[in-house]
Amino acid sequence: MSADVELQGVSIAFGDFYAAKNVNVKIEAGEFFSFLGPSGCGKTTLLRAVSGFLEPSNGKVLIGGQNMSGIGPNKRPTALIFQNLALFPLMSVADNIAFSLEVRGASKQARRKRADELLDLVALSGQGDKKVHELSGGQKQRVAIARALAVEPEVLLLDEPLSALDLKLRQKMRTELRAIQQRVGITFIYITHDQGEALTMSDRVGVMNDGQLEQVGSCYEVYQAPSTPFVATFVGENNAFAGKVDKISKGVALVNVDGMSFSGAVGKTIEGDQHPLSVGESVVLFVRPESLTLAKDTKTTKNKFSANIETIEFEGNVKNIYLKTSTKKSIRFSVPSVFDTSGLNPGTKIDLAFTSESAIVLPNGPLALD
Amino acid sequence: MEGFIKKNGSVVSTFFLVAITFWFVFLILIPQLYMLDLSFRPNLPPLLRGGPDDVYTLTHYKHFIFGSETSKDTYNYVDVGVFVDTIGTAILVTIINLCFCYPIAFYIAKLATPSATRLLILALIIPFWINELLRSFAIRILFAGEGVINNLLLEIGLLDVAINFIALDVALYTGLTYAYILLMIFPLYNALETLDTNQLEAAKDLGSSTLRTHWRIVIPHAKAGIASGSTMVFMLTAGALATPVVLSSPNTFWFTQLIYQWFNMNDNWSRGSAYSIILLVVSVAFVLLMMRLFKVTIGEVVR
Repeated sequence: MSADVELQGVSIAFGDFYAAKNVNVKIEAGEFFSFLGPSGCGKTTLLRAVSGFLEPSNGKVLIGGQNMSGIGPNKRPTALIFQNLALFPLMSVADNIAFSLEVRGASKQARRKRADELLDLVALSGQGDKKVHELSGGQKQRVAIARALAVEPEVLLLDEPLSALDLKLRQKMRTELRAIQQRVGITFIYITHDQGEALTMSDRVGVMNDGQLEQVGSCYEVYQAPSTPFVATFVGENNAFAGKVDKISKGVALVNVDGMSFSGAVGKTIEGDQHPLSVGESVVLFVRPESLTLAKDTKTTKNKFSANIETIEFEGNVKNIYLKTSTKKSIRFSVPSVFDTSGLNPGTKIDLAFTSESAIVLPNGPLALD
Repeated sequence: MEGFIKKNGSVVSTFFLVAITFWFVFLILIPQLYMLDLSFRPNLPPLLRGGPDDVYTLTHYKHFIFGSETSKDTYNYVDVGVFVDTIGTAILVTIINLCFCYPIAFYIAKLATPSATRLLILALIIPFWINELLRSFAIRILFAGEGVINNLLLEIGLLDVAINFIALDVALYTGLTYAYILLMIFPLYNALETLDTNQLEAAKDLGSSTLRTHWRIVIPHAKAGIASGSTMVFMLTAGALATPVVLSSPNTFWFTQLIYQWFNMNDNWSRGSAYSIILLVVSVAFVLLMMRLFKVTIGEVVR
């Protein structure tokens, strides 16, 4: 069984500080949904409101259409996986997993049987008698998942459970989590500050900043069509050019950036309409580092600018070239590793270009800090 | 040893070695060995000590069990009775103390805000700046026939006749429980403070009631602290003197009072020593047995 989760105007205040402000979202039953945002953006607070450890100051949390107000965490159809997993160190692996059954008074045999089933599900067969400290990081992770699934929750809540693992294991666990979610078919709500995690696992992502939900959409949407400058800069890398609107026609805005004229597609609002921009309005034009090309490789005469190379960074699959324009604007230009950069040295001045379709124009707003 | 001196410098090392040796040899080992030796010797006037009559004997231990040779009873019912009473009461006081301190320690360690924690710890410590004897008298004043509690209960009409709290040993139990409360709370607090709060939330999220969470998660985690606190409280209660002297009813006698009598009033240091050794050995044996039973190691208790 899986249930949908609906947050209706949820605000959570600690004194004068609002950790969540008027959050509205409907997470479908059986969906893998991620809340993505920087630390302190309120995503964990929101998860605690869903699990029942916190009551919203305003608004409602509905699970399966039922108002959860006043219902404690032990009575909700949810299970929470903690950031540090919070496995019980003094119990065996099987006792950990079957703790929720023990609570409900299940017999020893029934508990053991269920624990073994779940150990099979998370690929830890035969490890039930081990102590928690005898397991590796990835194995502990799976025990935590099995323990949470033992309550047969309709919604599984995960609070950055992979953050303590090393990169390789994290990537492996991503795939595995996604596979487990599809096998059990329940709703997963995942909290992370790691966009890689959010984008690879989720059906949809909700990007949060400063207690507010900035955008909800598929991974592709939030990456390709960000609604706010924050989303544009938090999800993936982006080059931001602040300027003023000169002209708008057919969904394309001509933007004056320090005297240069760039054109880009007008971005969409959270509701999916085009941002209603007006001439003279302050806007930001975004171009992804991988959307830039060397001007000599294109025939276009539009959207060209020159900059000086500062450093070149080798990242394995890509090379990042950092540049500064004459107006001291920092530019990041990414090329595949196979790209020949022999002629590009620090200090060299190069001309770059981009297409109007790959640029997005959004109303001015706060950017994500890097 | 060389490493220790190198690491800490010669002055600090010398101080440590001398201080620890002095403490262990002069303050613990020699007096205890002297008592042990004395307990196996007859009680002789000074002139006869070291003479032909000064031979090792079990007479004082026999006296504890079988009584004096002139007594008609088969066993020394009085002394053994006092001993059993003392140990039994010490066990009871330890249990009361634990039941009372566990919620307080849990509250301070896990639920209170930092400022409330400081305030509560202060409130617990400050009364112990007052000497033990004075605290005992204060409790006597509370529980006396014309004491604060009786007067209050009579005044508001809950009682018609004053209750003799002293004769009922209510005052004694209260006094003994309160006397060593800090030695229970602090080990418990230390143990509970290291418990990850997420564990409590995880248990709750998995459907556990508060009671079960304590039984399955918190108490097992705090086991070493419970053992450590209980050991100290039991040992000190069984060996307490000032509080029982002030608060026990006329017909309650504490084993330490008996020891005190042999040493001071009857001038029989040998028998006093034998009785002390009995109390020490039985208390230690009891504690070790309990640790065995609850599967706690000494290492955990002193951690």
